[in-house]
Order: sequence, then structure tokens, then C-alpha cells
Amino acid sequence: MSAVAARLGAWVLDRLAGIGHGARFFIRLLALLPGALGRPRLVIDQLHFIGNRSLSIILVSGLFVGFVLGFQGYYILQRYGSAEALGLMVALSLLRELGPVVAALLFAGRAGTSLTAEIGLMKAGEQLSAMEMMAVDPMARVLAPRFAAAVIAMPVLATLFSAVGVIGGWGVGVLLIGVDAGGFWSQMQAGVDVFGDLGNGVIKSVVFGFVCAFTALYVGHEAQPTPEGVSRATTTTVVASSLAVLGFDFILTALMFGAA
Amino acid sequence: MSTNRRIDTLVGGFVLLGLAALLFLALKAGNLGSFTGGGTYATQARFDNIGGLKVRAPVKSAGVVVGRVAAIGFDDQTYQAVVSLSIDERFRFPKDSSAKILTSGLLGEQYVGLEAGGDDKMLAAGDTIRMTQSAIVLENLIGQFLFSKAAEGDKKP
Repeated sequence: MSAVAARLGAWVLDRLAGIGHGARFFIRLLALLPGALGRPRLVIDQLHFIGNRSLSIILVSGLFVGFVLGFQGYYILQRYGSAEALGLMVALSLLRELGPVVAALLFAGRAGTSLTAEIGLMKAGEQLSAMEMMAVDPMARVLAPRFAAAVIAMPVLATLFSAVGVIGGWGVGVLLIGVDAGGFWSQMQAGVDVFGDLGNGVIKSVVFGFVCAFTALYVGHEAQPTPEGVSRATTTTVVASSLAVLGFDFILTALMFGAA
Repeated sequence: MSTNRRIDTLVGGFVLLGLAALLFLALKAGNLGSFTGGGTYATQARFDNIGGLKVRAPVKSAGVVVGRVAAIGFDDQTYQAVVSLSIDERFRFPKDSSAKILTSGLLGEQYVGLEAGGDDKMLAAGDTIRMTQSAIVLENLIGQFLFSKAAEGDKKP
């Protein structure tokens, strides 16, 4: 009995220490963020790697999500004789939820995993230790620019996702099905609030950028320095950042849109 | 250096694309240009019943959006709803204008309809619109209809 209690206690203490370790890592990354932005060369290289290389998957997914929203939204709305509200439905669901969330999930899969694998392999190859030996702080030189780039890239990608999705919804709704184009855009413009919907969506995507970047870097940095450890860390990144994004999305949605 | 320059260009294009998307969403989906430009002035209206009116519902005059509902409160002295309307500065209304709560379409959202009066003086910030007409509540309407039917039935025999 006491052995079980001791193990439970050790487990709780372990978790607590893990949370504390993660929080310290996060605060260090935040503290290094201004310094990283002072070395734009490193951040730009990472932006290219994280942002530009994610463009294709984000744009194509956004377009297809918009297509599907157009079809499904039309199917429901035409039953109530309000097919013109399709534009509003597509825009609101993309700006408020789907844009930030799906873009963040794709981002975790596309960019988060490569960050984790990169950092994990650097650690396994003892490159990070070698840097420390040369009195170069790997947190500032390697991790912080990646963190900054991911935090910058996320809202850009989410906004692009929403914009392309709206165009996709327009393509299916107006061009293919034949919803009135004037009603489509005017209902959208009447119902979408620039700060309430678009602004909150961008805030969401910034938060998700922090979540995904931190998860990927932390998991990579804490990976076991073996091939197996790196592969496990890559999996953990996708699972942990996806769950964290969905959890944060629930909290943010409750805070932003819950009362209205 | 040439690869650096290429990457700079690509990243610049990436950020520019994001800004273009934001602009597209703000202008085309959110209609930023049309309404936030000018300031607004606040007026109040008291209603016996606001039905399902919500904050940020449009204020329309002759069908054109001229303002928004800024806040909805309750006055426990008169037991009336106090609706604050913020109206676009460009539009001035006579002091004896009347406000109604209307519904767009059969199932649509509710909005405040402003009807201009004939007074020489104009509504200023902080004024209260005197003449109001409450929202039509379907249950009350059905109740009235049933009562009048019952009254007719009494008369007949």
C-alpha cells in the first residue's frame, strides 16, 4: 500500500517537475525572442524553411475546405431558402474556427515535426553540446530563431488559409451552384465583424503559433538522443501540439465568442 | 550571397501574400471601408419590450444601415429596456424621430428602425428618442388573436 502511494507521489512530483521544466524553457524562449529578431538573417532563413515550404499544403487544404464548406453549407441553407447566407456561413466558420485551427494542425504536421526532428538530431549528433563548448548558446543561436519564425509564420498561414477558403467557397457557391454573387458577398460583409471575427481569428492563430512552436522545440530538445528517441519525439510533437491547439481553441472560443 | 537574396525575396513574397490575404478578408469579407471611417454619436431609446434584439444589431432608416445598437440595459424604475444606439455622425435625425424594433424577413434578425420626424431641432449626443414601438412578440399576438376570436364567438349566438 505504501509502495503504491510512494510511486503515485513520485509520479506526481515527476509531472510537476516536467511542467516546471517546460515553463522555464518557454520563458527562456520568450526572453530570447527579441534577441532573435535582432538577427534577422537567421529568422529569415527559418521563415523560408517553415513558412514558404508550408505554403502549398496550406493553400491547397484551404481551397478544398472552402469547396466542401460551399457544398455542405448550400445543402443546409437551401432547405431554409436562404442560400445567399452561404457567404456569411463560409466566411464566419473559416475566420473564427477553421482557418486558425486547421492551419495550426497542418502546421504542426508539416513544420512542427521537421523542427522536432532537426533539433532532436542535432542533439543526438551532439551538435548542441559542441556549440556550448564553443560558448555559443544553442538556445539563442538555434532554437530562438526557429521559435520567432514559427510565431511569425503561423498567423500569415492561417490568414492565407481563410482567404483561400473564402475564395473556394465562392467558387463552389457562386460559380458552380449559381448562388447570387451580390447576396453572397453582401451577406458576408454585413455579418462579418472585422475586429470581432477577423481580429479574434488572427489572435487565435498567434496563440497557436506559440503553442506549436514551443511544443515542437521543447519535445525536440528533450528527445532521447537516439534514432528511436527522435522518431518518438516527432510523433509526440504531432499528438501534443494537435491536442494543445484544440484545447486552447476551446478556451479561446469560450472567452471570445462565449458571451456574445 | 545570391542564395541569401533569393531566400529574402521568397520570404518577402510570403509575408506580402499574408498581408494581401488579410487585406482581402478585411475589405471583401469584413467590409472595413464602409462603416468604421467616421465617428458616431450616442442616443438612447426606451422600449417596453425589445424581443430578441441583440447588441451590435443594425440601426436602419429607410432600410439603410445608419448605426448599431451599442448596449442594452434595464431600468428598474420604469421597467423598460434602455437601448443605446450609436449612430453614424454623417446622419442627422430630427428630435421627434421614432424608433421601432423590426424583424428582417420572417425569421431574420431584429433591428432598430428609425423613422424621421418633422422637428427643426436635430438629435444630439445623449438625447433620448421619445417615440418608440416595441418588438412584436409572437405569443402576445397569438393571445390577442385568440381573445378576439373568443369575443366574436360570444357575440354570435
